[in-house]
Amino acid sequence: MAKTIGQEFVKGLWEEIPPFRLVLGLCPTLAVTKSVENGIGMGLATTFVLVCANLLVSILSGIIPSKIRIACFIIIIATFVTVVELMMQAYAYQLFQNLGIFIPLIVVNCIVLGRAEAFASKNKVIPSFADGLGIGVGFTLSLTAISAVRECLGNGTLLGYSIFGPAFEPFSFMVEAPGAFICLGLLLCIMNLVGQK
Amino acid sequence: MREMVKMVIVLTVLSSLSGGLLAALKNNTQDRIDSQVLTFVKGPAIENILEGANNDPVNDRFSLKVEGEEEERNFFVGVYDGNPKAVAFETRASGYGGDMGVMVAFNVESEEIMGVSVTTHNETPGVGATVETDTNFKNQFAGLPADAEPRVKGDGGSINAMSGATITSRAVCKAVSRATDLYQQLQSQIKDKVKTFTG
Repeated sequence: MAKTIGQEFVKGLWEEIPPFRLVLGLCPTLAVTKSVENGIGMGLATTFVLVCANLLVSILSGIIPSKIRIACFIIIIATFVTVVELMMQAYAYQLFQNLGIFIPLIVVNCIVLGRAEAFASKNKVIPSFADGLGIGVGFTLSLTAISAVRECLGNGTLLGYSIFGPAFEPFSFMVEAPGAFICLGLLLCIMNLVGQK
Repeated sequence: MREMVKMVIVLTVLSSLSGGLLAALKNNTQDRIDSQVLTFVKGPAIENILEGANNDPVNDRFSLKVEGEEEERNFFVGVYDGNPKAVAFETRASGYGGDMGVMVAFNVESEEIMGVSVTTHNETPGVGATVETDTNFKNQFAGLPADAEPRVKGDGGSINAMSGATITSRAVCKAVSRATDLYQQLQSQIKDKVKTFTG
């Protein structure tokens, strides 16, 4: 590999940032970004699963027969997702209540399986770790950005603190499902404009 | 053939390791999760119906074995002015969107229902889900005798159903009836236990 560890990490932050560049994992992106708290929580949960799954997949890639690799990856991913789910129930129950079904659904998040299949199974442990961390942090940043815009406009708050004062009439459309699509599209448009230079 | 064996071994080992790890984690976090559920799901409902209690009903609880049930049920005690007179517990009934949990509080002195509150439900948002906040509907249960079997008016009872949400209203009635049944069944045990709590 020509890339250094640092480059593997950094590519997840812009060049391959999900869900904008790798257009994967849209389901949680659209569904949970109603508030910044949920966005960050979802991002961190996914990051944990990504890093652990990438690590384990790259360690085990020599042992896992290629015919059943997907099944093995899913077992590994599902295990870590359940770990996250149990820990969240035990230590951050309100976040768990907000994210609800989307925590177990990280199992079928294409980003996680995609990185295991496309990267971790073909690379060594340390680059896989850097890749997982980079993509995970990128995903967290994206979710935070989308949810910040949606929470600001849709609810007039940021992390629960009012920012426009009581006179602000919330633009409630932004916290509904269509608002998520529009917000995602606009942010992608801005990224493309910036990237063109 | 060798490849086949290898596949079976890898999958078996991986699954067992995963299962073992998760079972261990589940065991270790169970108590903590239970207490979180008590605080965040049942806690608000209990505080709602045992309003004004001098103690913390979520902590002052005892459990009793109910005939025909595997797990013990939790009973929460409310102490008013040093006098432990209220007990609350949860019963379940099937609503429009599935299982619904209702917390029912009884006054053990006057043998009356003190109040009801919904803990978990899957009712339709905006219709049945208003059961969470509809105090007019829920207040109808307060003051009923502890052996009542409340029914909605359409079924020949005295409870005004929430408009557009008859099935949800019926489910609440059903859950309250189950609670009164259970209360009658365990009355003496409950009274003995409640007395041991003092403010």
